[in-house]
Amino acid sequence: MIRIIIALCMFVITGVNLAAAEELTIAAASDLNFAFREIMTEYEKASGNHVRLALGSSGNFYAQIQNGAPFDLYFSADIAYPRKLGEAGLTLPGSLYQYAVGRIVLWTGNESHIDVTQGFETLREPTVKKIAIANPKHAPYGRAAVAAMEYFKVYDQVKDKLILGENISQAAQFIESGACDIGIIALSLAVAPVMKSKGTYWEIPADAHPPIEQGAVILMGGKNQESAKAFLSFIQGAEGQTIMKRYGFVVPSPR
Amino acid sequence: MNWIAIAVTFKLALLTAALLLIVGLPIAYWLTFSKWRWKFIVESVVALPLVLPPTVLGFYILVAIGPHSPVGRFYSNVVGHPLPFTFEGLLLASILYSLPFAVQPFVAAFEQVDRRLIEASWTLGVSKFKTFFRLIVPLSTAGLITGAVLSFAHTLGEFGVVLMVGGNIEGETRTVSIDIYDEVQALNYAGAAKTALLLLAVSYSVLLLVYAMNRKVWAVWPQR
Repeated sequence: MIRIIIALCMFVITGVNLAAAEELTIAAASDLNFAFREIMTEYEKASGNHVRLALGSSGNFYAQIQNGAPFDLYFSADIAYPRKLGEAGLTLPGSLYQYAVGRIVLWTGNESHIDVTQGFETLREPTVKKIAIANPKHAPYGRAAVAAMEYFKVYDQVKDKLILGENISQAAQFIESGACDIGIIALSLAVAPVMKSKGTYWEIPADAHPPIEQGAVILMGGKNQESAKAFLSFIQGAEGQTIMKRYGFVVPSPR
Repeated sequence: MNWIAIAVTFKLALLTAALLLIVGLPIAYWLTFSKWRWKFIVESVVALPLVLPPTVLGFYILVAIGPHSPVGRFYSNVVGHPLPFTFEGLLLASILYSLPFAVQPFVAAFEQVDRRLIEASWTLGVSKFKTFFRLIVPLSTAGLITGAVLSFAHTLGEFGVVLMVGGNIEGETRTVSIDIYDEVQALNYAGAAKTALLLLAVSYSVLLLVYAMNRKVWAVWPQR
């Protein structure tokens, strides 16, 4: 028995060692879900480096990074999180980069027969039973969704219909699958090919909610600051910007 | 199918099962043979992961090994990087999470061993240590394998704990169950379905193995 155990341990310890050290590990807000899959493919082709992408809600990553998560780069849907990490001395000074101002949309599936161009009034209709948003507790897009509903004075009437996704991708999946009738999701998800063919969306006016300023930052806890810098400049370069713009990630020029 | 996540998961489950054999044996021995009046307190602690929500366990582990705790600071000073969101951190969490799945079958198996044989061995001058390895362990093989296999299978399907202490890092802490969750959010239902089917098949085969092996010795269903 003992011999079996020892043999098993040796096999496992020596045999399967997967994590290579030179890889770039990125924590990214879920609104980057589809855009980053494209960017990563292009970047890996151009640089030969492998990127490990973790997607989730910005607030969750913020908590994880504070607890020592070994990410090299953090793309947050709310620039306040990387700023706070900077104040705590967890980021590379001067590396904070605002990559976009996020936009939100009302999205509904093709089968739902809801006319989203009516805007927020449709949320009140009795046929609309479930509305998906991201959890406003830790997802910036969820907070923007609540703010927009308050702006259009429908929040109090519809708050019992709200279904909270753990992040904005899950909220999108809830409506895409038909489990929710309508939802408020990121524009970047609505324009992604998989979503675009399956539903219609209505852009929520930008002044209906505080701007979703989005920021990326290089983290001190990561191991590969050089490749993190390289990835950031790839995003800022022509190739990266072409993809980012296609998914609606732009910083509007001041008017 | 995400082979990296599958490899990570199997590595994690194998290591968890192997380490639980090492850690679980002394605990199970003590639980079986101790006559301590307050033994039930320890028994309850060992069984706690059966009923405790995984997020609660994950939260406590995160706090206990994070950079703000003495344990976490000690670890990062010695090893050079913090323990949470690493494979080692996840392994520690899995061992705690699967502890009852190993220890309880071990105890059940040890209890089946005829006390007279054990006492005969002791009275013949064989040390307790030698009696354990040369008598009790060979007579409890089926129970030991059951415990190892159950903790292996339990670790395969772990989700809440991984979500709390894992951090979803490819090749390190992204397990199969997290990968399925990710694929669904990426609307890749076909990918999620394939991986889910694999997990179902493995889990079922593992249970088939356990039940086939334990028709006499140790059974979840009461014997008729």
